[in-house]
Amino acid sequence: MSGNIVIGVDVGGTFTDVFVYNEATGQVETTKVPSTRGDQSKGFIEGIRRKVADFGDIRTVVHGTTVGTNALLERKGARTGIITTEGFRDVLEMRRRDRPTTWGLRGSFDPIVDRPDRVEVEERVLADGTVLQDVDPEAVKAQARALAEAGCEAVCVFFINGYANDENERIAVEAVRSVWPTAYVTAATEILPEIREFERLSTATLNAYLQPVVSSYLDRLEQGLDKKGFHGELLIVQSNGGVMGVGTAKDFPVRTALSGPAAGVIAAQAIAEAAGFSNIVTCDMGGTSFDVSLVAEGAAALAPQTSIDFGMVVRTPMIEITTIGAGGGSIASLDASGLLTVGPESAGSDPGPVCYGLGNKRPTVTDANLILGRINPDRPIGGKLDRLDIDTAREAIRTNVSDPLGLTVEEAAEAILRLANAKMAGAIRLVSIEKGHDPSKFAAMPFGGGGSLHTGALIKEVGLGSALVPRFPGVTSALGCVVADMRHDRVQTVNRLLSDIDAAALGSELQSVARTTEAVVTSAGAAFARIDRVFEFDMLYIGQTHTVAVAVDPTVGLTTHAIQEAFNTAYSAAYGRLLDGIPVRVMNYRVTVIGRRPAFDMGVFAPKDGKSADECRTGSRTVWAEGAFHEAGLFDRLSLAVGERIAGPAVLEQPDTTIFVDPGLVATVDGFGNLVIRPEA
Amino acid sequence: MEIDPVTLAILKGRFEQIADEMDATLFRSAFNPIIAEAHDASHGLYDADTGDTLVQGKSGLPIFVGVMAFAVKAVIRKAATQGGVNEGDVWIFNDPYDGGTHLSDFRLVKPVFREGEVFCYLASVGHWHDVGGNVPGNYNPAATECFQEGMLIPPVKLYDKGEFRQDIVDILSANSRQPISLYGDLNGQINAMDLGEKRLNALLDEYSVPTARKALVALKARAATMMRAQISDLPSGTISAEDWLDNDGIDDVPLKIALDMTIEGDKMILDFTRSSPSCQGPVNISRATTIAACYVALKHIFGDVPANAGVLEPVEFRIDEDSLLSVKAPKPVGGYTETILRLIDVVFQAMAQVAPKSAMACAYGTINALSLAGHRANGARWVMFSFFGGGHGAHGAGDGLNHGNAPISTATIPPLEILESAYPVRFTKWALRPDSGGAGLYRGGLGAIYEISLLEKEADVFLFGERGKVPPRGVVGGGDASTNKFFYEQADGEHTPPMVSKMVGIHIENGQHVRLETPGGGGYGDALLRDPEIVRADVIEGYVSAEKAREAYGVVILPDGSVDDGATTALRRERAA
Repeated sequence: MSGNIVIGVDVGGTFTDVFVYNEATGQVETTKVPSTRGDQSKGFIEGIRRKVADFGDIRTVVHGTTVGTNALLERKGARTGIITTEGFRDVLEMRRRDRPTTWGLRGSFDPIVDRPDRVEVEERVLADGTVLQDVDPEAVKAQARALAEAGCEAVCVFFINGYANDENERIAVEAVRSVWPTAYVTAATEILPEIREFERLSTATLNAYLQPVVSSYLDRLEQGLDKKGFHGELLIVQSNGGVMGVGTAKDFPVRTALSGPAAGVIAAQAIAEAAGFSNIVTCDMGGTSFDVSLVAEGAAALAPQTSIDFGMVVRTPMIEITTIGAGGGSIASLDASGLLTVGPESAGSDPGPVCYGLGNKRPTVTDANLILGRINPDRPIGGKLDRLDIDTAREAIRTNVSDPLGLTVEEAAEAILRLANAKMAGAIRLVSIEKGHDPSKFAAMPFGGGGSLHTGALIKEVGLGSALVPRFPGVTSALGCVVADMRHDRVQTVNRLLSDIDAAALGSELQSVARTTEAVVTSAGAAFARIDRVFEFDMLYIGQTHTVAVAVDPTVGLTTHAIQEAFNTAYSAAYGRLLDGIPVRVMNYRVTVIGRRPAFDMGVFAPKDGKSADECRTGSRTVWAEGAFHEAGLFDRLSLAVGERIAGPAVLEQPDTTIFVDPGLVATVDGFGNLVIRPEA
Repeated sequence: MEIDPVTLAILKGRFEQIADEMDATLFRSAFNPIIAEAHDASHGLYDADTGDTLVQGKSGLPIFVGVMAFAVKAVIRKAATQGGVNEGDVWIFNDPYDGGTHLSDFRLVKPVFREGEVFCYLASVGHWHDVGGNVPGNYNPAATECFQEGMLIPPVKLYDKGEFRQDIVDILSANSRQPISLYGDLNGQINAMDLGEKRLNALLDEYSVPTARKALVALKARAATMMRAQISDLPSGTISAEDWLDNDGIDDVPLKIALDMTIEGDKMILDFTRSSPSCQGPVNISRATTIAACYVALKHIFGDVPANAGVLEPVEFRIDEDSLLSVKAPKPVGGYTETILRLIDVVFQAMAQVAPKSAMACAYGTINALSLAGHRANGARWVMFSFFGGGHGAHGAGDGLNHGNAPISTATIPPLEILESAYPVRFTKWALRPDSGGAGLYRGGLGAIYEISLLEKEADVFLFGERGKVPPRGVVGGGDASTNKFFYEQADGEHTPPMVSKMVGIHIENGQHVRLETPGGGGYGDALLRDPEIVRADVIEGYVSAEKAREAYGVVILPDGSVDDGATTALRRERAA
């Protein structure tokens, strides 16, 4: 391993963010280049090239990617076939018998695999693992050849009850691989050996669908880096917030489905931990949406599955991100009864807010922020536009909101912000309550460009204790790449009563799975501070459907009694009361191996040679807040010294974001360069 | 003085949030999966004097959105006989004749006091796992009285001036096969009410009682305004629609649901007086349930209509007393789902005649409650119980959804692997049902075929379904979907039940199967106008057979899969003539 440079690269829809960390000097640098649509690897390499002269100096490149996400959302994966058990070719299309929206029966669903590309073979395994009917490899080969001839590039083999016994599925996969023209053959139980046929099939099919796209992208990336003389390791961020080697990513591309946003949450978690905050709500405000994620007691909440789109279910552990329709582009309008509403309809980033001057005439949240003085019209964030058209934005608010409601333009603009803030506050409250947390114990952490304008309002609205604005909110995801640990999750359905389980044998199985999983983690050659193994059972009382996660330790010798005790502890923590005398069942086991990457010193963000607040004051601007005009000081945020204190109203500017400190709040620079905003004492 | 529009908009969100948080609290803490997973529950805020819905949560079961006000009204009436409600009271009951739906749904109602008077009521409803009666789970297709369906509790106090009455819980627990689940769900509902009261008090502290009251009055007025605006857009006049239930499970006689819908300016009259009288079997519903079902139908059509009593202000209901749609105790109501699905169908059909653009054709129209029960070799009893899906109706903007859930519910179907692991059954087919969607310019969504084979020695099969005789209807000239079909295999071959989709205790043995073929949704618009290339794509996908393409769409598909343009043009001309 050569070189001292670690690089994080986050490729978003508009920009590619690069974060460069020199381990030898402790120096950090960031840069932003336009993303290159079509082939993201070009912008990727160009971004690094701006900051690193010799690619041979780079030890590690960690990448958060949206290639998989975009291919899913835009349905640009490969033509994929499914070979399945006779009688079940429609599992993918029948889903779990749901619908896209509660009200209005106008939804539709277009499965990513057409019905003629879903073919059946005779075979059957029962729920207890008994093979009722053997599979005929020749019949499988014939179906595979037909799919390949029809034009399928990838294929997924999925058999009913394969989680209980994958013998038939393995024989079939071997047969397919012997005739399939490409390497893109996915076995459903290799992706997810877990009970629940639709979730397993959907996850595995999406994996197959993504494999050609993601693999070829990663190939191009590797070649591009090689050509520049790079010979370090390339790691990819997974949806669970951990990273994996590039080879693993090519085998399990579905695990990159939420790679980009996960990196942001991981960075937020690391920044907060260093700053001494263990409970935070991350707030990522984009053009159309507001994403909320919870880090409680230092751990990001993980969801067992998510839907990328209606019926597009991915079941692998993912950082839990709740999205509501309230972004900078969310449109303010009056409903049929004359009541003001904001979103979910959005002008997005193109045409975007009225002030962009790209054709939208209906006022948005960004227009309201602009009119109230919170955004500098002459220095738009992002660099796509030279200036913002404040007059047209005013006019749009006047005609659409203030005139019909009999308000001044400022009052109307503030009303739009208050409604948008109330929606975001509602999302934060609901997310924390669903997880059983008290929101007042949390701090808001904005990242992305837009969130910092609203965090002050969220403190007041939700009753959050404080807000923590990282030094570079615009490149948080790229930083997350650098600090994320290596992680690999495995699951296997057990589905047996605890009393029927040979605990010692299961314990050895867990350890053996941990060993093979650790081999995956170490295969990429990354350096680790240490390696952790986490073992959990999903358990429940018979008759229940929701499981609880039960931590167990097979290294000390597993016993039925120890498992029962561990279940009792977990269940009473979750629900309070144990149900004595009711037998318990082990549904799945989960093994996670985490390679802890060397600690990253957040102290590198501490401003050096910082200046006093007075010295950083660049002028003042009239802002409207709480029903009145104020003369708010403008400050150059990045020049502020540690410990500097600025009372609201104030506007703090930096290239990647603008921070508004509301009246009644005070912002202080902490030892890591973060801005801590709190109510005035 | 009127409330300022900005405070009003913000308070609207805050009120809705309280109801949503109550929903979230119960879903998280409930014991039984019907609440925890299928969200068969609901919460809201109700008027202090009338019990009218002020605000209701967005994530509960759709049918409760219309029905909860009746529960609160029932408590207000009962309390009036005892000198009114007191601070710290919580009432509990499940009387479906007063509060709507069926006995499984237990309601809690709590007055919130401010400055010595009731500010509003909070209410919670949840579907409990077992409330006694003849059949575990309370779905008894052979019931002729509500006493065979479960215990019936009138409004009584669970808390009396803040004092918890354990005796009430003891009575409830003693009448359930699942007392632990019952206790867990009850506690979840109490938690939800406590949270709601806490949040509401915080809001009232922040905004003051008079401001909050003004906001609620204004929101109701605006909901009424919104609904009036929607109705005013419809042409005045009277439109009729009729649909049928197969039978009541006791007598094989079809039951009529007839709607005469009159639009007069900004007023709507929904007249159901031509519908059938009450019946012996469990497909009767109470007046409250009828009104709630109409509300659900209107909300599906209009979408942005809020969950607030103001919506029904411009709507007048005409329903005969003691009829199928306004039944009195002790006529059974356990199968209320089938009747309200048919009510939604007639509202869809009537609306399609006056507002074809926003219309939806009928969905599959039955919940198909199917259970298989028996004993394992070791003597242990097993009961597999589930509802099955079907197609959604086509609409003015596209084809219907294949294999969706019922319009009154958002529940999902259990994975077949879970069912196979829990019960001695093997599914031999779990597939879309070709040709089951109604033909049309837009095609109805497809129903499904579920075939289940028995792995144990013997079992009894129960089915409560509908749409076996009269198919889900198309609208705006669209074709009907296929009817519901059920087959059971015995030594002498396959049979169908005499009551078509309802049957109790069918005996099957090892290796024999049952098969449910569920209806699709109705079609929308003239099938002869559907682009032949889209019909061809449907044939290639296997959604539509080449025979049906010819017969229903007038499209001739050649053996190589392409459209015979000449023959198609000729056939369509002939059909149109």
